[in-house]
Amino acid sequence: MSGDGTLEHLRRDGRIVVVGASLAGLRAAETMREKGFAGSLTMIGDEPYEPYDRPPLSKQVLLGKATAEHTALPRRREIDAEWRLGVPATGLDMAARRVRLGNGDEVEYDRLLIATGVRARPWPNEEEGALGGVFVLRTRDDGAALERALSAGPRRVLVIGAGFTGSEIASACRERGLPVTVAERGAAPLVGALGGVIGEVAAGMHRENGVDLRTGVMVTGLEGDPSGRVRAAHLSDGETIEADVVVVSLGAQRNTEWLSGSGLGAGPRGIACDAGCRAFDVRGIVTDDIFVAGDVARSPHALFGYQFLSLEHWGNAVAQAETAAHNMLSESVDRLPHLWVPGFWSSQFGVNIKSVGVPPMGTEIMITQGSRDERRFAAVYGYQGRVIAAVTFDNCRWLPFYQRQIETGAPFPVPFETVDRRPEGHKPMSADFPDPSVPTHGPTITLSGYSPADRKMTFIPAHH
Amino acid sequence: MRLVVDLNRCQGYAQCAFLAPDVFTMHGEESLLYDPEALDEHREDVARAVAACPVGAILVEAATSDARAARTARVPVSGGAW
Ligand SMILES: Cc1cc2nc3c(=O)[nH]c(=O)nc-3n(C[C@H](O)[C@H](O)[C@H](O)COP(=O)(O)OP(=O)(O)OC[C@H]3O[C@@H](n4cnc5c(N)ncnc54)[C@H](O)[C@@H]3O)c2cc1C
Ligand code: SF4
Repeated sequence: MSGDGTLEHLRRDGRIVVVGASLAGLRAAETMREKGFAGSLTMIGDEPYEPYDRPPLSKQVLLGKATAEHTALPRRREIDAEWRLGVPATGLDMAARRVRLGNGDEVEYDRLLIATGVRARPWPNEEEGALGGVFVLRTRDDGAALERALSAGPRRVLVIGAGFTGSEIASACRERGLPVTVAERGAAPLVGALGGVIGEVAAGMHRENGVDLRTGVMVTGLEGDPSGRVRAAHLSDGETIEADVVVVSLGAQRNTEWLSGSGLGAGPRGIACDAGCRAFDVRGIVTDDIFVAGDVARSPHALFGYQFLSLEHWGNAVAQAETAAHNMLSESVDRLPHLWVPGFWSSQFGVNIKSVGVPPMGTEIMITQGSRDERRFAAVYGYQGRVIAAVTFDNCRWLPFYQRQIETGAPFPVPFETVDRRPEGHKPMSADFPDPSVPTHGPTITLSGYSPADRKMTFIPAHH
Repeated sequence: MRLVVDLNRCQGYAQCAFLAPDVFTMHGEESLLYDPEALDEHREDVARAVAACPVGAILVEAATSDARAARTARVPVSGGAW
């Protein structure tokens, strides 16, 4: 491309289209302008709002310390874009380089960024899910509606699924003095994301704060009253929970349906892209004009055996957007890999939970600092003899140290002595992750695709 | 005034909560809660918090682009020039 000045032309008067006008879309657009992109920029988003921040929706907003309507993201700079908000993209013509919109319009592009994220997985029974008082929490509107319902002083809230979002919702309910039941099919809250050793700590936090926590159960049905409002939920153990607010917190589904039939490698697990954020087509060939970032992407990571990672993490959306934007405007030799080390935070029951790396890859765990009983500790996950992840409860200042351990492939069990190491931390234990299909909640990190070991098996020709 | 804190980066040092208590509050020992759209009267406090944060985790939108961003959002959302 360098010889014919195409890239120069793109940077000067090319057309860049971003589908998905949220965190990743906005940060990518800002980065493109920062890097001198002077052409036209179109932001397409199906929500009628300019980009806003989601993490406050299950925290500040439900605690009544901020309102859902006032969560718009601050801009890093002007992006001088044409905003097409409140209208979804409904199709993609890769050959003609065109995005089709729900209102029949078509938008042509030279480079396309897809950042359509995920949505809340709905309650599987549509009729029950439509009952008054049944909520999910993903959008600004969801947050405003749930906050209103909590303000009305329900008799009992039922949260289905004890992942990060479900646990944060339960925590907010307790702070507001509302009776809350949490139903989770796994053995403990957060087991999908952090494993059983840490899940046990989370369960203790729920119970100590007065949550009626039910684990190892499924909600089999929701029951409405004659006016169409939810009244009760039935559990697989035969019990009935009377609740007038039910929050369905079953994890997320990728927003990729609009790409079906387009020829892009998009499906229920997300959109596969290379380490440079370029999307694969269905043939497994990487495209050169379509890029992906944020929750909808899944991309291979060198630190984690080149497995494809899907990360529903705020920091990943920002970092991947920046890398995608850079690569969209660069010659291939100047492109950068998205090598962000996964990182996450959650705030629940007054405890700050943070992690780095990929905990669900861990087979063993060591409590390297503090103690679980005090709810103040750091723990390290090991995989095949190296440190693969770490989690802290109210101990986040140590996290950068553990991040370096992960980046440098430090050995596990950790040979070093740490500050405040207790007897319980001297021996690795099984990290105790359940089969991923068991927990009600989504794990927020999903591994998929082939590891190099698989690849070797696939590619050795059979007749040799 | 819009703001966001990169809570991956935040280490709970609480300088912000000390300097702009109407906008930032600690929740428990090291969790930070903040108002993502703070009142303009707290602008100076917030600027001090931004400057004092030891890890540079607080992003505040510049005063001028505030108004412009709000205007952009009101652009008609369908059936444009394309
Ligand atoms: C309640 C809640 C709490 C959270 N808390 C944390 C936390 O504590 N820590 C953390 O790290 N992360 C947290 N997250 C996750 C974080 O918010 C996400 O990782 C982040 O929003 C991802 O940004 P994104 O731009 O990739 O996707 P999204 O924010 O999902 O944005 C995608 C956008 O694209 C739009 N879209 C979808 N399909 C189409 C289409 N066909 N046409 C046009 N537009 C479309 C969607 O409506 C949406 O506006 C939380 C999320 C939620 C919901
Ligand atoms: S000053 Fe910075 S590090 Fe400290 S709590 Fe505030 S945002 Fe976090």
